[in-house]
Amino acid sequence: MFRWLRDHGVIERNVILMGVLTLLTVSIGGLVQIVPLFALETTIERVQGMRPYTPLEQMGRNIYVREGCYVCHSQMVRPFRDELERYGHYSLAAESMYDHPFQWGSKRSGPDLARVGGRYSDDWHAAHLRSPRAVVPASIMPPYSFLDRPLDYDRVADHLRALRAVGVPYSDEMIANAKADLEVQARPDADAAGLNARYARARQGAFDGDPVRITEMDALVAYLQMLGTLVDFRDVTPAQLRQQ
Amino acid sequence: MPTKIEKDSLSGQNTTGHEWDGLKELNTPLPKWWLWTFYACIAFSLVWVVIYPALPIPGATGTSGWIAREAVVRDVQEAEARMAPMMNRLRAATPAQIAADPEMRAFAMAGGRGAFANNCAGCHGAGGQGALGGFPSLADDEWIWGGSLDAIHQTITHGVRANESDDQRQSMMPRFLADGVLTRPQVNDVAEHVLSLTNRATDQASAGRGAELYADNCASCHGEKGEGNRDLGAPRLSDQVWLYGGDKAAIVQSIAKARAGVMPSWGKRLDPAIINMLTVYVHSLGGGE
Repeated sequence: MFRWLRDHGVIERNVILMGVLTLLTVSIGGLVQIVPLFALETTIERVQGMRPYTPLEQMGRNIYVREGCYVCHSQMVRPFRDELERYGHYSLAAESMYDHPFQWGSKRSGPDLARVGGRYSDDWHAAHLRSPRAVVPASIMPPYSFLDRPLDYDRVADHLRALRAVGVPYSDEMIANAKADLEVQARPDADAAGLNARYARARQGAFDGDPVRITEMDALVAYLQMLGTLVDFRDVTPAQLRQQ
Repeated sequence: MPTKIEKDSLSGQNTTGHEWDGLKELNTPLPKWWLWTFYACIAFSLVWVVIYPALPIPGATGTSGWIAREAVVRDVQEAEARMAPMMNRLRAATPAQIAADPEMRAFAMAGGRGAFANNCAGCHGAGGQGALGGFPSLADDEWIWGGSLDAIHQTITHGVRANESDDQRQSMMPRFLADGVLTRPQVNDVAEHVLSLTNRATDQASAGRGAELYADNCASCHGEKGEGNRDLGAPRLSDQVWLYGGDKAAIVQSIAKARAGVMPSWGKRLDPAIINMLTVYVHSLGGGE
């Protein structure tokens, strides 16, 4: 059986034949991976409420990626009943369409965070990040108290510009106001009219407990507090959840 | 091409026919059971591609028509149908009725334990013991907003200062130092007076000066003797239960910058039956009134 396979010596001795067959093999592998991406749009559900991240949330997201939170926390509620009971509605493709890179993750040493927004208070998040075992004695999460250092956000507009280059619909106005919007969101007393006009349902707050200093803690907590809150599933119809 | 395939006398297997400096290599075939398992897996995968949605083509569902998102909806509906008789009773009853009915109470305690672990334990602790830093214990008889079934139900449904419900628990202690109401020495005097309510004052003269400031600024909410006021969410100051710590530094901080803990409102997140179950469960943790 398969005796002809022993004749690969013919291919190994003929560089042109080997080149042609290599090209053929790589093409098949490439097409299988690339062609489905042409139809990527068909996987994104037509739900209401999704918007790009606010500048503060995006900076928090950068910290989330930097610290490798995805190594222990997934952001993907799978369509099983036990997951729905614990975390809420299963995750949609639409909910991570502005994520570059997405943070679905594949391991849960800690709980899934796709819908953590609003489940805890800002104070809890700050206390928990500084010292997880102060509020959850059985936690195995490392402490992140160093996040109380100032946030470096001078170039936040560049971050938004880079995201726009890969398809996130940031407008010129959003990019021009990026730094101001970031500061407004982290200072609860500031006028948020412009922020709210550009980013629906953006929540202002002294996320780290201090309304003056803008820290990495502010950014990360602002990001965590909006996770999974944009789509209001009470308004979603089964037809909207269909992929294609 | 290999030319000198020969039979190895010791193992009885053929060699590959290659020879390197006198070294030869056995060409032992794969075990038959392994090989046929491998072929069976390939055959099975072809069947699988046909039956289940495995092809990366938009709209491809496979001949079974199975879709994960529809399957989970069926699972949820089945479970809801099974629990519906009891859940409907729990939804219609008041927490007091549930607590008085042994059958409903048993169901509520079991369901409440699960819902508490998922939604409440992060802040209030696995056993409702709370945590220092603004996360109150639910297992003692010290209540900020009241420990009756109705009060607990109200707090769970509408939350505390979360700005998610018009009926939320709302009170705002002034930031006495930050807002310029008191000076730094006055804050110190008031803190000494608060310590004196539990006989812990370190400076009697200072505590004496603080008494008048306390009467003017604090007593209207926290009470003349620090007994607290649940209608206003003003905690009792005359006991040893402290939300943010009872040492002098923590008390000074509380007076100077105020505290305003936030609890999410659960009325829009959880089924009314589950909120009723949680109410009965929390009420049973040790401090229910």
